[in-house]
Amino acid sequence: MASTEVAPGDAVHRGPQVTVDRYTRGARINHWITAGSLVLLAISGLALFHPSLYWLTGLFGGGPNTRAIHPWIGVVLFFGFLGLFIRFWKLNLWERTDNVWLKKIKDVVTSNEENLPEVGKYNAGQKLVFWSMSILIILLITSGLVIWEQYFGQYFTVEQRRLAVLIHALAAVAAICVWIVHVYAAIWVRGTISAMTQGRVTGGWAWRHHRKWLRELVSGK
Amino acid sequence: MFTIIPNPQAKPIDAKFGDKDLIRRSASSITPVAQRQPEVAKLIDVSKCIGCKACQVACLEWNNLTEEVGVNVGVYDNPHDLTPNTWTLMRYTEYENPESGNLEWLIRKDGCMHCEDPGCLKACPAPGAIVQYSNGIVDFVKANCIGCGYCIKGCPFNIPRISKVDNKAYKCTLCSDRVAVGQGPACQKACPTQAIVFGTKDEMKKWAEKRITDLKSRGFKNAGLYDPPGVQGTHVMYVLQHADKPNIYAGLADNPRISPIVELWKGGTKYAGLALIGLTAAFGFLHHIVAGPNRVTDHDEQEAKRLAGK
Repeated sequence: MASTEVAPGDAVHRGPQVTVDRYTRGARINHWITAGSLVLLAISGLALFHPSLYWLTGLFGGGPNTRAIHPWIGVVLFFGFLGLFIRFWKLNLWERTDNVWLKKIKDVVTSNEENLPEVGKYNAGQKLVFWSMSILIILLITSGLVIWEQYFGQYFTVEQRRLAVLIHALAAVAAICVWIVHVYAAIWVRGTISAMTQGRVTGGWAWRHHRKWLRELVSGK
Repeated sequence: MFTIIPNPQAKPIDAKFGDKDLIRRSASSITPVAQRQPEVAKLIDVSKCIGCKACQVACLEWNNLTEEVGVNVGVYDNPHDLTPNTWTLMRYTEYENPESGNLEWLIRKDGCMHCEDPGCLKACPAPGAIVQYSNGIVDFVKANCIGCGYCIKGCPFNIPRISKVDNKAYKCTLCSDRVAVGQGPACQKACPTQAIVFGTKDEMKKWAEKRITDLKSRGFKNAGLYDPPGVQGTHVMYVLQHADKPNIYAGLADNPRISPIVELWKGGTKYAGLALIGLTAAFGFLHHIVAGPNRVTDHDEQEAKRLAGK
């Protein structure tokens, strides 16, 4: 049977302690470029979103610099995320078991993993983060171009720019919330962060959280 | 004739208003000055305008601006639109009056209306980049402007323009520097027919009444004052021959108001957005306190080993 849950580069290392390769070096670099630009975008964007946060422009060398640099970081984020999308979209396709997982969200938040269906490389929560970020980033880049006054201002009517600025703000708030969920989940589920820092997780982590993925990896050998 | 504002004295005098006389400051919470100065207004009587563009020239001259040489496309409007240098622009409309059958040449001097409820100021994210003095003048403060263009989105009249040279927003200042020393705006000073007059808003309304009575006696039964209530009135007002149809004057807004989209963006979204972000973070924090971390157990590791060892 062809593997459905395994990405190129995923591998099991047997030994006294089983470790599993989860992200290649390329994927990790790609991820951290995207993550860094998202953080910078959130800070510089929030600085212009609410007056009480305007002082954050100081981190970018003042208001005019913040205004000038924010859209360029956005371009970096877009292409960074595009890279992640191409890498990860296939294993994030929605499956029937994801609905089951979502229905048992109570067992998820209370860490009763034994009541949940076996999960492939990504669980339903991770898939939701992936797809909502994909949609939000498309909204952000398109609305962002419309309100990029310096280069694109003249191509759009004032009414279009008004709508774009509202969409941009709403999408950005949503994206920041999704980002908080993403970061919190990585902290809460111990043993996750090494997947993105060193590229590997322990066998126990894979067994506990992504058993189907581990099974396919092992049987593939 | 409206009383002509006398020429200034030769000796310098103190400014009549300044930073202490603000009623609004962009992206800042300030206590509006307790005692407002008399509200000023510029009254533009479209029926008296001869389209000479002396006001445009005076504006460039006083504000030390230069406009690029443009291209003639067969209309009188020159330049074709407001620009970072052209803060006021004569807009020419050839209007065929369906009732009289007359061709009327409607010439409207376009520029900042100095709204009592300024959309530009409310949209501006940079503290102090846009201020409103207690006499009603809305002014851009270049030093604080970051060039984001939010003022353009806030403005119901499509007035501000961002310079490609320094990325700052520009518009008519109502010659706040001249008004501060008791002078009228440069455009008013230059107008040869008194189509532009300047004074307190009350004076201007009274003067407009006379003009409207006169116009009505000449058959313009819909003559009226343009002081739109949707922005709580403006400090630049028009006398229009056809006040029932502002739109025929080169697209003057019939009922201008700050766009509901801008109100939503700058109102609810700003607070709800921050609250939502805060709540999401707080939820994570609380969950961690209550549920604790989700740790991998030794049993999990053993199971993995058993599976991998097969």
